[in-house]
Amino acid sequence: MIYNASFAPALILGVGGMALLLIGVLTKRDRFTFCSFGAVALLVLAAISSATVPDGAIFGGLIKTSRFTRFADMLVYLGAAMALILSLDYNRREKIARFEYPVLVLFAVLGMIVMVSAADLMTLYIGFELQSLALYIAAAIARDSLRSTEAGLKYFVLGGLASGLLLYGISLVYGFAGTTNFASLANILGNGAGYGTVVGVVFVLIGLAFKISAAPFHMWAPDVYEGAPTPVTALFGTAPKAAAMALFLSVMAGPFGHLVGQWQALIEILSIISMALGALAAIGQTNIKRLMAYSSIGHMGYALMGLAAGTVEGFQATLIYMALYVVMSFGAFACIIAMRRKGQAVEKISDLAGLAGERPWFALAFAIIMWAMAGIPPLSGFFGKLYIFAAAMNAGLLQLAIIGVVTSIIGAFYYLRVIKVMYFDRGTPDFDMTPASVKFVMSAGAVVTVLYILLPGPLVAAAAAAARVLAG
Amino acid sequence: MTQLGFPILSLITFLPLVGVFLLVTLQGEDELIACRARMIALVTSLVVLALGLYLWDVFDPSIPGYQFNEMLPWLSGFGISYRMGVDGISLFLILLTLFLTPIAIMASGSITRRVRGFFSALLLLETMTVGMFAATDLVLFYIFFEAVLLPMYLIIGVWGGERRIYAAVKFFIFTLAGSLFMLLALIWMWHNAGSTNITTLLHTPIPPKVQMWLFLAFLASFGVKAAVWPLHTWLPDAYGEAPLPGTIMLAAVLSKMGAYGFLRFAVPMLPNAAAAAAPLMFVLGVVAVVYVSFVALAQTDMKRMIAYSSVAHMGIIIIGIFTFTVEGVEGALFQMLSHGIVIAGLFVCTGVLLARGQGLALSRLGGLAAKMPVYAALLMLFSLANVGLPGTSGFIGEILVIVGALKVNFWVALFAATGMVLSVAYMLVLVRAALFDKFTRPQLAGLLDLNGKEYAMMLPLAALVLWLGIYPSSFTHVFAAPVAALIQAHTASLMPHTALAMVTK
Repeated sequence: MIYNASFAPALILGVGGMALLLIGVLTKRDRFTFCSFGAVALLVLAAISSATVPDGAIFGGLIKTSRFTRFADMLVYLGAAMALILSLDYNRREKIARFEYPVLVLFAVLGMIVMVSAADLMTLYIGFELQSLALYIAAAIARDSLRSTEAGLKYFVLGGLASGLLLYGISLVYGFAGTTNFASLANILGNGAGYGTVVGVVFVLIGLAFKISAAPFHMWAPDVYEGAPTPVTALFGTAPKAAAMALFLSVMAGPFGHLVGQWQALIEILSIISMALGALAAIGQTNIKRLMAYSSIGHMGYALMGLAAGTVEGFQATLIYMALYVVMSFGAFACIIAMRRKGQAVEKISDLAGLAGERPWFALAFAIIMWAMAGIPPLSGFFGKLYIFAAAMNAGLLQLAIIGVVTSIIGAFYYLRVIKVMYFDRGTPDFDMTPASVKFVMSAGAVVTVLYILLPGPLVAAAAAAARVLAG
Repeated sequence: MTQLGFPILSLITFLPLVGVFLLVTLQGEDELIACRARMIALVTSLVVLALGLYLWDVFDPSIPGYQFNEMLPWLSGFGISYRMGVDGISLFLILLTLFLTPIAIMASGSITRRVRGFFSALLLLETMTVGMFAATDLVLFYIFFEAVLLPMYLIIGVWGGERRIYAAVKFFIFTLAGSLFMLLALIWMWHNAGSTNITTLLHTPIPPKVQMWLFLAFLASFGVKAAVWPLHTWLPDAYGEAPLPGTIMLAAVLSKMGAYGFLRFAVPMLPNAAAAAAPLMFVLGVVAVVYVSFVALAQTDMKRMIAYSSVAHMGIIIIGIFTFTVEGVEGALFQMLSHGIVIAGLFVCTGVLLARGQGLALSRLGGLAAKMPVYAALLMLFSLANVGLPGTSGFIGEILVIVGALKVNFWVALFAATGMVLSVAYMLVLVRAALFDKFTRPQLAGLLDLNGKEYAMMLPLAALVLWLGIYPSSFTHVFAAPVAALIQAHTASLMPHTALAMVTK
């Protein structure tokens, strides 16, 4: 079959991205703003078509769309669109307003939706590489900045290592199981798996853990978060995280679903180390972007707890957690981007001192998001944790839940510190006017975080439907 | 929908948010905003209070269960819904909150910075507290219970005293640490019963072995909130550093959240564990009463002395709850109300001195009775109510608790009674040092007696102290039915035969 509606979102992104690339190259003028808006429009278009396309498998079962992929796709589009909006003003000011950036983001998104809907280890790898390559360049987009290029290079080297591990794992699985198709793998592994396959699964798992920056495979995250231009960090913190976590779920629950006894303990360990490291290492940070990096490591730990539960309820909890996390995350990065003094971006937590007196709404939005990340009700982050803890406890992972609670308490301390600096410390941050685009993303993040409590139903229902597909 | 035709509890809970909205949309110059913000906050809280009084009027005390129930589907897939309701136990705690919020607002004359934010936080606090007392779904309860932290953290941290940051962070982390363990217990109970409706949970038996763990988790949470010794260390810092209205809300209302939690969840849902833990709770209560009273005696600052006296009285309340007798529990409830009003009165008294530019160090006060007779009389009244003099509200609560304790254990009753004696010791020290010694400084001679606003704050409190003390049955008859039902259910669940009979009936 040459054309199938299920592939429409990917086509929109791919063809649209190339068209934008052509426009950018062929016209002589500065096309950054045009391409950015074009990219956002394409993302919206892709989201609409994603929502309407029928379920089904295409390309002989290489790619599959379902309620689950649709759920993950939406998160990816949302994160990417918000990151693009955040880059509008920032990239101009930092003189990195190149039209290639939105195009790269589009290609990264294309890679992400391919990997989310992959139904074969080969498609998985192709999608994985496409998004990684685009993101390596995005991290180094400020090519005259030492920190940015360093971030890009670090990400590239460690990302390459992760890809290598993933590919090695895939080849082991293929060698021992004789197929790369998810459905056939699930069938074959249902009758038990040899050591070779299990080793392959472990390598695949490590490769994916690299991508979501779960400890102990997190080493790249703080440096890349800090070094990359902030809108790129915002992108890293949202769309690829959601996509990689979705991939993690679909691989572990799909082809390797029968090996849950083998991988469950590994996921638990990843989850515990991530939560602990995220909470402890963040305490000493003074740079807000590094703080967010450790915070994201911690959040991945909580999200993995749902996967570790290995139940439909657990998958659902992870999906809800990721959705809420994406929203909090872009809100937080909008706040960080708004931290500019006399035309210079500032990144120290202490730069926020006295913000509440000067810019009450800004401080309130940031405080809401920090509280939500700490998981304090009535904000959305609490519900994420509630579902996760509930899923873990119902699956009998009480120890994991207790560790999660303890790390939450430690984590609350550093989120509170940000609020403390803004509200209690005296100082004059004297930040520049925040551009409307950043304000929009900031308030969208904060408002959704606050109001989630009023209407939790639709997200929960969508996640439930997605999780049921995963579990088969 | 409720029997009134409109959701009165939700209205009471969320009406303060309308006030917050008005505050946020205020425009104009700073001084004008400050003045209007004060008015808006006061009017909002008075309207809510009026609604609360109406609720009391239409409340039917003969029904032991929840009234004015509201139910909305909320987290439908999870068996969690938005449920509100009120019974005799929560009715007065809601009223206490509604009554003290306007007083706290009036007591906030010292707040001059970010006035709008302050009143928004205070109204938010009212919403959270009332919601917590009115919630009849465990998750909803938890959300309100913990959301109280957000405004309180800001109130202490932004408008507090010198060591406000330390106090605010300590308060937050202590309370959060406790509540998160409760969250796990809550999830377990939710899983066990398949619902978080409190009424359903009450009728879902829990294996005694698990009960002990759940009880410990609840103890971590409610114990911190109620400042049960030795989990009380955040309290003197928070009370001492919070601005006066914050201290009033903390001491009078927020500390009751913990005791309410024990009464509503720990005792009825975990009867075996509660019975097993009763000796432990008695010991904690007695230590609070005796040891903390001595600590209070050693304080040199008026505010801190009152703060420690508050911890000591929480000990009495805890002892009362864990006697599992009608007298003890009614006494505890009564003491909760009385303590809320008396402690608010005492803190307002400290505020009067602060407003006149005086410090609160006892060594730098003295002789105020000569120049401020009305103030002296009211401070005396609150102090005597605090020590439990007959005729004041404190007496009824303490005597009921002691009677309840006597039925269970003579020694507990003896030690609880010692607490009353000790409280006399430190309160008299306070009264003597502030009111009756000679002037320590010449400035004290120039102080004026109460002004109109201060009368407006203190007279209602004083009237209530006397009302509670002289005619307590207007309050006790409201919570008699639910308390009797609570004790009966508790006794029944400890005796397997009776429980079986109830099931087969």
